[in-house]
Amino acid sequence: MQLSEKHREYWSKNLSITGILLLVWFVATFVVGYFAREINGVNFFGWPLAFYMCAQGSLIIYVVIIWFYARYMNTLDEKYGVAEGEEQ
Amino acid sequence: MSGGTGGMFSGGSQKAFTSNLKKIYTWYTGGFLVFVVALTILEQMGLPRNWIGYVFLLATVGLYAGIGIMSRTSDAAEYYVAGRRVPALFNGMATGADWMSAASFIGMAGTLYLTGFGGLAFIIGWTGGYCLVALLLAPYLRKFGQFTIPDFLGARYGGNIPRTIGIIAAILCSFTYVVAQIYGVGLITTRLTGVPFEIGIFLGLGGILVCSFLGGMRAVTWTQVAQYIILIVAYMIPVVWLSVKYTGVPVPQAIYGSVLQKVTEREEVLLKDPKELEVRGIYKARADEASAKLKGLPGSFDAGKQQLAANVDKLKADNAPADQIAAAEKAVSAYPKDAAAAKAQWTKDAGAAARAAPPLRHAQAFPGKDEAAQDVSRRNFLALVFCLMVGTAALPHILMRYYTTPSVKEARQSVFWSLFFIFLLYFTAPALAVLAKYDVYSFLVGTDFSKLPQWVASWTKVDPSLLSIVDVNKDGIVQLAEIAIGGDIVVLATPEIAGLPYVISGLVAAGGLAAALSTADGLLLTIANALSHDFYYKMLDPNASTARRVTISKILLLVVALAAASVAAQKPADILFLVSAAFSLAAAGFFPALVLGIFWKRANKWGATLGMMAGLGVTFYYMAVTQPWLRSVFGVTSPIADNIWWGIQPISAGLWGVPLGFIVIIVVSLLTPAPDKETQDLVEHVRYPNLVGDTMKTLGT
Repeated sequence: MQLSEKHREYWSKNLSITGILLLVWFVATFVVGYFAREINGVNFFGWPLAFYMCAQGSLIIYVVIIWFYARYMNTLDEKYGVAEGEEQ
Repeated sequence: MSGGTGGMFSGGSQKAFTSNLKKIYTWYTGGFLVFVVALTILEQMGLPRNWIGYVFLLATVGLYAGIGIMSRTSDAAEYYVAGRRVPALFNGMATGADWMSAASFIGMAGTLYLTGFGGLAFIIGWTGGYCLVALLLAPYLRKFGQFTIPDFLGARYGGNIPRTIGIIAAILCSFTYVVAQIYGVGLITTRLTGVPFEIGIFLGLGGILVCSFLGGMRAVTWTQVAQYIILIVAYMIPVVWLSVKYTGVPVPQAIYGSVLQKVTEREEVLLKDPKELEVRGIYKARADEASAKLKGLPGSFDAGKQQLAANVDKLKADNAPADQIAAAEKAVSAYPKDAAAAKAQWTKDAGAAARAAPPLRHAQAFPGKDEAAQDVSRRNFLALVFCLMVGTAALPHILMRYYTTPSVKEARQSVFWSLFFIFLLYFTAPALAVLAKYDVYSFLVGTDFSKLPQWVASWTKVDPSLLSIVDVNKDGIVQLAEIAIGGDIVVLATPEIAGLPYVISGLVAAGGLAAALSTADGLLLTIANALSHDFYYKMLDPNASTARRVTISKILLLVVALAAASVAAQKPADILFLVSAAFSLAAAGFFPALVLGIFWKRANKWGATLGMMAGLGVTFYYMAVTQPWLRSVFGVTSPIADNIWWGIQPISAGLWGVPLGFIVIIVVSLLTPAPDKETQDLVEHVRYPNLVGDTMKTLGT
């Protein structure tokens, strides 16, 4: 099977969105976690900020990352003609 | 793609199928709520408590069995991957139930109560891992479209060696995990109905088996959806009620920040309270005394015995009151029988030192006595988060679920729904922990011992390891330091703390049961499939007929279930450690080989084989030399401090295994020839949901 230029472009777009979202994931998890002591001094609607992030904030970011990826990729599939046919 | 039996969960177009499912589960949820309301009314009319327990147990397990019977099948695609037609939303619910175990449902809020900020590692670790599933694995595995995770390793890396290592790793992590689930089933059944633990295990086992045995993945999927609905309803009702009680707002997740502030204020008061200091001082003195006696063994044993005897003689000689003499004689008879018993007793007493420690500040990140200790605490927090996340993205019973969606597109959406449904429970748990802490710190502490609330009295009677309160300083008032609390009570007692009828307690137990049963189902299926599909069919007898494969799978399922139940009946120690170990082992064993297999065409058979072995090996080695129980199993005697690397706890051993796995795969692959054209084509095949001119077939699309 021969991959066309369009296919390579699709894959490289997939790789860059994956990379960007992994970076967001990394910041929301490990950067926030690393500086938890420092940012815990900030009051976020009653919560210390780091506590809030680890209990809720980062979780919301994770849900949004996955939602965005599914939406973005499903559109990309259509655009590059690699989407699956209509389901039965 | 039909061929199954049973009408409700098959037939029609995908669209009609989805809308039919929505109808069924809406009715089901409504019916379940009516059932709970009816029981509440019956309770008001005088239905005894243990009857409520029986009704809950029979109704829910009977329901799961009913779904199992309706979805019975002997078709391979139905049995292994539910016919690959599970819509994203429902696969998300099923994954949620599959994922949330007894530990998540019952243990999580308790862990957060006891460890404060440190426990949040489990919250972010067990949710953030789904980002890795969504971005790196699920869509590609769905496109690959076989039956198991070792299938992928076998096809991508060629030959039986990678597949075999995959089988071993899958069984290793799933079996420890399933033992813990069956143990949880036994505990909950016992608590719900009062039957002995061993019978509880086998009752629960019946509920697990009737499902997975008859209908494999298909029955398990539709049961898990039903179980998710029960567990989420059971978790939310008491927390919402508790929130209304303390804040007046029925959305605990949005409002508990203000409660956390009040808890923090109370903590500062309790840290300095003279009565608290007094109680902690008493524990400190007891611990010091016990340690001194331990050091003085064996001489201190005789000395202590003689002193007590002399005390009795002296009282008798002085004609002291009878009750004083009786008390002194009681002390003599309570004294340890021999030096060995004394050692055990005093070692336990020396453990009171833990209770002499000041209470931790709930929201404080990485507590520690100095800068260095705080850094070690932070390092371990982040390492644990890393291992839990990567482990989540490598546990075969979860990844397998994404084979069951109709398409790659739905697989992507399905990960979103999975995390969304898991998120509902996980972002509620920290709220529950804070609300429970507020109740204990503000109302229980300071109560007169003669006026303890009802729930305290009943739970101290049920199980002293869950809750015990002793008036250590004899002032008649409860101090925080006098309360010993076991984590599980936070979820189990919440309905009573909130003042809800007993039906809700039964509902919570039924929710815990649903969580444990659904996870056990998924795990048993993973193990049985690894053995029957990967080992028997792919390696021993590739010509076996479909019917034969499914039959063998069913027999193996029984054998594995019975083996797991008999291990659980022994009440193995360190079961929590085993569960966490499963994450590190799965992370090190599967993650590098799966991800590189998709994203790096050059990864080859020898790289993957050696990389998986190295990752698993170093992870297991690190646990074996640093974890007390494993050290005793393997007879390791060198001091733990010599074996520990960078202060990392054994639970996070995957921190070493995952990077090593990646490095070995990359280095060895580059040193050996590139994989053949066919394998490289397979990689292209999984990367594009639909590739024109692609000769490979994806099942089910």
